[in-house]
Amino acid sequence: MTPELARSFRLRAGGGWQAAALAVAVLVLLPVLALGLFALRGSPGLWAHLVSNVLPVAARQTVILLLGVGFIVATLGTVTAWLVAACDFPGRRIFGWALLLPLAVPTYIVAYAYLDLLHPVGPVQGAIRGWLGYSSPREFRLPDIRSMPGCILLLGLVLYPYVYLPVRALFAMQAGNLLDAGRTLGAGPVATFLRVAIPLARPAVAIGTALALMEAMNDIGAAEFLGVRTLTVSVYSTWINRSDLPGAAQIALAMLAITMALVMLERRGRKRQRYAAGAQPLRRTRLRGWRAWGATLVCALPVAFGFAAPAWYLVGAAWARYRFAGLSPRILEEAGNTAFFAALATLVALLLGLVVTGAARMRPGRLTQTMARLSTLGYAVPGTILAIGLLPVIALADRQIAAASQALLGVGPGLLLLGSGAALIYAYVARFLAIATGGIEAGLSRVPRSLDHVARTLGRSPGQVFREVHVPISRPALAASGLLIFVDCVKELPATLLLRPLNFETLSTHLYGEAARGTYEDAAIAALIIVAIGILPVMVLARTIRR
Amino acid sequence: MRVGLSGLIGAVLAAQAVAASAQELNLYTTREPNLIEPLLASFSESTGVKVNTIFLKDGLAERVEQEGEASPADVLMTVDIGNLVDLVDRGLTQPVESEALAAAIPENLRDKDGNWFALSQRARVLYADKDLDLSSFTYEDLAKPEWQGKVCIRSGQHPYNVALTASYIVHHGEEAAKTWLEGVKANLARTAGGGDRDVARDIMGGICEIGIANSYYVGLMRSGAGGPEQEEWVKAIKVVLPTFEGGGTQVNVSGAAVAKHAPNKDQAVQLLEYLVSDEAQKIYAEANFEYPVKPGVAVSPVIEDIADLNADGTDLTEIARQRKTASELAEAVGFDN
Repeated sequence: MTPELARSFRLRAGGGWQAAALAVAVLVLLPVLALGLFALRGSPGLWAHLVSNVLPVAARQTVILLLGVGFIVATLGTVTAWLVAACDFPGRRIFGWALLLPLAVPTYIVAYAYLDLLHPVGPVQGAIRGWLGYSSPREFRLPDIRSMPGCILLLGLVLYPYVYLPVRALFAMQAGNLLDAGRTLGAGPVATFLRVAIPLARPAVAIGTALALMEAMNDIGAAEFLGVRTLTVSVYSTWINRSDLPGAAQIALAMLAITMALVMLERRGRKRQRYAAGAQPLRRTRLRGWRAWGATLVCALPVAFGFAAPAWYLVGAAWARYRFAGLSPRILEEAGNTAFFAALATLVALLLGLVVTGAARMRPGRLTQTMARLSTLGYAVPGTILAIGLLPVIALADRQIAAASQALLGVGPGLLLLGSGAALIYAYVARFLAIATGGIEAGLSRVPRSLDHVARTLGRSPGQVFREVHVPISRPALAASGLLIFVDCVKELPATLLLRPLNFETLSTHLYGEAARGTYEDAAIAALIIVAIGILPVMVLARTIRR
Repeated sequence: MRVGLSGLIGAVLAAQAVAASAQELNLYTTREPNLIEPLLASFSESTGVKVNTIFLKDGLAERVEQEGEASPADVLMTVDIGNLVDLVDRGLTQPVESEALAAAIPENLRDKDGNWFALSQRARVLYADKDLDLSSFTYEDLAKPEWQGKVCIRSGQHPYNVALTASYIVHHGEEAAKTWLEGVKANLARTAGGGDRDVARDIMGGICEIGIANSYYVGLMRSGAGGPEQEEWVKAIKVVLPTFEGGGTQVNVSGAAVAKHAPNKDQAVQLLEYLVSDEAQKIYAEANFEYPVKPGVAVSPVIEDIADLNADGTDLTEIARQRKTASELAEAVGFDN
């Protein structure tokens, strides 16, 4: 293509996409900017205190947690995705979707369930004592789950689907011929996996691991149960116990800067990589004998420990709760609220994600790349802290709307966004847009640019190319991102609590309300419905990927 | 979807109706729905005032602050003296003059200008292995070497423990408090964390022998409200009311304030007055096993063994003021590490 032709393409690619991407980035950026303003108010003495008393331990704990969780999710996610996509073994079709199930279980539920199951007075240790002939936990008990290794293991077990999902979507779109070429050149299944599949999967592994690690780092529920002190815990104690919001915002923003720097570093590492897609589907290798059963076992373990055990616990607790207190009459309405707001937010997030990634694709350049990065900021901040940043932004918008309405119509609608739940949609989108942009981007990276050029030569406008080529090709990636966002919205607690209207509950706020006195068993019914709502899209997604 | 949509529309209408109706009242609270709802239902029944609620966790003050003059909030209700004082410091409350409130609540349990009112009290008590020969205990004892490896407690950053440390600072000064925290830390049987009920469960599980937790959990566990397992946990312990050397048992409060821009101020005051009525105070005692603020209202018989509370006389606002130092001390000694 001549430079002139290329330029004319770009010119016609229109500023519309750029402007739209800019608008999306600004939407996400506003709450972070608000946090910046809070931070600027200053917090004298904070950093001296942090450096001498907090950082040495909290930073080390954070790093250990992230390394541990990162190792587990990357390994577990990639290996299971590869097994399901490229091999045939007993149970493969079931594992295809079952491996996603742990996604539906919130981290704080998993932590609580395991603490209850594995506590010295719980059923597991009780059975072991009975078996060994001890009568009291004073005579014999196992190491406490409330520890760093326990926390790493539990978070890894529920967060690995963040890697499994995009990697598997990527393998589904992946050039079967590249892997065939590998095999033709004499590489066995293991060598193909290590030398062809893993390098190919890197964008998806990176995106998935980054998402899982941000979840792990910003988690406060599980960490609190399991006694792990991350930097996020310091953010909370600075804010809650010392009424020092500026200080908390400063720590959160410093963490955000480090997170973004790491993400950039990884992206730079694969900047020069370009991928070509082939239309050939992947041919599965049939595994036999111990290999086949080994594959089954590898896929069964995370499902059993990440989903089946906590879900079984929840069913038991929910049944006990049902017999004790019956079913709350409001739970149906709350389930409806949850599904409605999560679905709406998912749609909006996917649309905005398409806008941002589309702009970056159509107008490749520093500006659109930056927009794409900025639009992911919301995920790298702890949920409550982001919600606090959203408050002034939404309140300001509400005041403007009220003033305009007063001037034009002569009536004031009060606080429209905060009063209607629209603030929740904004919060969910701002928080989870990273999942949309990340997932779609990873999917698009499989679409070679030559395809764009061919479509453009055939007279399609950039928008048409995007609609007719990019979106259909990346459908599995879109579906996967949509699922992650939906489930995350259903589980989301801190922003929902803070930004919802009066007299309005979702399942997660109901769960919190029941659990606030410290009894998570009481919340088991709501928790079980959260898990069930999370399972539905998993089923839908399984079909989409298979097609 | 229909349910969600109608919920959405309903919420919009509710938000718009809020300022208009004279017989409504908007409550922002961090207290548990299960506890508050019986109180509100009984209030609505006797007064005809409908209560709209939002149950929050962290950020109640931030939300009201950002909503500004347009805020629909009438009553702000929360736990921990620090949170109440914080609301006042941020200018989110307004002074209330009410003879009924002044008559029902002892002077040390309300703001002298009427910016906040305590509605119930809870004590920070000792859970001990039921076989221990222990009938009296001081908070200072927690740091004694004889308890090495035998103490369970939740995070030193939890507001309940921060308030305890803050009280310690008021009694003995910052240096002594630091030494004390170091001593308690050295005695821990496991990492500080979890909830107050875990202290009872961990004592039953043989992990520790004593621990500090809130008084009302004893009632919640004993009453069976937390399920049959918790009834077992609480049977493994006995409860002792500890004191400060030369003082009483550390007490914290739940309380409420009337919001500065309350659109329904009269109803707001009406609700506060209801909450200190004999009837409401009895619900606090019976349903949540808290100590009533109103003299003469009995505590629940379920916690009869700790009914005779000798509350520490320290000024609550004094404790609130030491909160920041207390929280920083907990970090300085690495209490939670």
